[in-house]
Amino acid sequence: MKLFSSFGQYLLMLRGAARKPENGKMYWKELMHQSVEIGFGSLGIVVIISIFMGAVSAVQTAYQLVSPLIPRETIALVVRDTVILEFAPTLICIVLAGVVGSKIAGELGNMRVSEQIDALEIMGINTKSYLIAPKILGALLTIPLLVIISMVLGIYGGRLASALGELVAGDAFDRGLQNGFTIKNVYIGLAKAYSFAFIISSISSFFGYYVRGGALEIGRASTAAVITSCIVILMVDYLIAYIFL
Amino acid sequence: MIELRNVIKSFGDKAVLKGVNARFDKGKTNLIIGASGSGKTVLQKCMVGLLKIDSGEILFSGTDFVTMSGEDRKLLRQQIGMLFQGSALFDSMTVEQNVMFPLDMFTKWTRGEKLERVNFVLERVDLKGVNAKRPDEISGGMKKRVGIARAIVLKPKYLFCDEPNSGLDPRTSMLIDKLIHEITKENDITTIINTHDMNSVMEIGENILYLDQGKEEWKGTNKEIIFSKHEKLNDFIFASEFLKDAKDMRALEERGIIDNDRNMDKILKEGSIDTGEGKE
Repeated sequence: MKLFSSFGQYLLMLRGAARKPENGKMYWKELMHQSVEIGFGSLGIVVIISIFMGAVSAVQTAYQLVSPLIPRETIALVVRDTVILEFAPTLICIVLAGVVGSKIAGELGNMRVSEQIDALEIMGINTKSYLIAPKILGALLTIPLLVIISMVLGIYGGRLASALGELVAGDAFDRGLQNGFTIKNVYIGLAKAYSFAFIISSISSFFGYYVRGGALEIGRASTAAVITSCIVILMVDYLIAYIFL
Repeated sequence: MIELRNVIKSFGDKAVLKGVNARFDKGKTNLIIGASGSGKTVLQKCMVGLLKIDSGEILFSGTDFVTMSGEDRKLLRQQIGMLFQGSALFDSMTVEQNVMFPLDMFTKWTRGEKLERVNFVLERVDLKGVNAKRPDEISGGMKKRVGIARAIVLKPKYLFCDEPNSGLDPRTSMLIDKLIHEITKENDITTIINTHDMNSVMEIGENILYLDQGKEEWKGTNKEIIFSKHEKLNDFIFASEFLKDAKDMRALEERGIIDNDRNMDKILKEGSIDTGEGKE
């Protein structure tokens, strides 16, 4: 029962966030601020994870390719597809659920507990559209970009690991990358990125916005936001894979 | 002027406001007092629309806030300033940005005009030169003053203050009270203050509403409190023996039976009060 009422509250929050803003200029400013916070703020961790993710993917694929009948270029192909289809969108978004999701929930939770949201309400500001919409739009703008960066760096990490570990030569890796490439996979990866960006930002906003209590509840809300986002991301990941692949 | 007519509010089975009737006058500092859990904060939150009432009327200059359209309510809210118990300053912004925020949101003024108004209100609350500081870099009393500056920057018609003295030393509390009182008079606004602070009650309580268990128990002025025989009110305000004695003294002063306490020096000189001087 609580699940349904929470889901209803979540939908109402989204409806409130979609309302016309009071002052477009201020909302634009907030959108830019959130885009920088979410996108630029997560760039470092995305770069590090992506390179190592691709490298590990290359090493493990090479380890499993024991048959001499399969060309070593296949490593590049496997790295490319796993990075584009799964690692870059899903793994990165799981990490972002932790990094961005907890930040959003913590920020809104703190604003709620310290009555900053009440102060905005009393001024006559629609707090859902002022505080939540820029976060969702900021995530939709920047997370897919981070995923694209992750795709590129993941493949580059695989190439680097292949060259360093003498698993496959650089030019052979490049040939493998072009082998059987289909743009559809990139689109599926991006569809996942957009879906996950929405899930992370909206679910975390929901948990933060409706926090009641004090510091302890803010921590709990952040944890709940991350856990729920991760679970929903994995469910939607399966759904997209099932429908499109 | 704000008028409350039979305001009822419950949370589940628990009735918090049980039909409150009150009138808060324009140009006066109106105080809502009462013990913890008496419904003061809920009443104030209902008045500013943060909580929905179950039934009754909340009239702002004759217009019912409850039945107002969303758009009208939004416009009315721009005429309301509120000082929160914890100041509720936006911690990611500087003092200047905090005070300028309502102007950024609701006016089309140039940056220069906005800055002029911000500096004016900051100066009015005696906070010059702190524009660039963040809320975590200033004291509790300064935060309250920034909160007041933000609340009055749009020249509101109604000013709500929730426990403006909480967490402040007596001297700073008095300064905040004085400031709110002066601003109320200068701008002829309707000010409503929730307070526990008996200094505030006695100093600036021009119109006092005493709430007890969600119902108005007593209404009057600070002078009337001195002479009030209302048992619950007296037990609440003059809780200690010291305060009870002070009330009796004040009542005698007000009646002219003894000198006013401002002439305490004279009384001490005459030796009618034992100061304890000269004792081992």
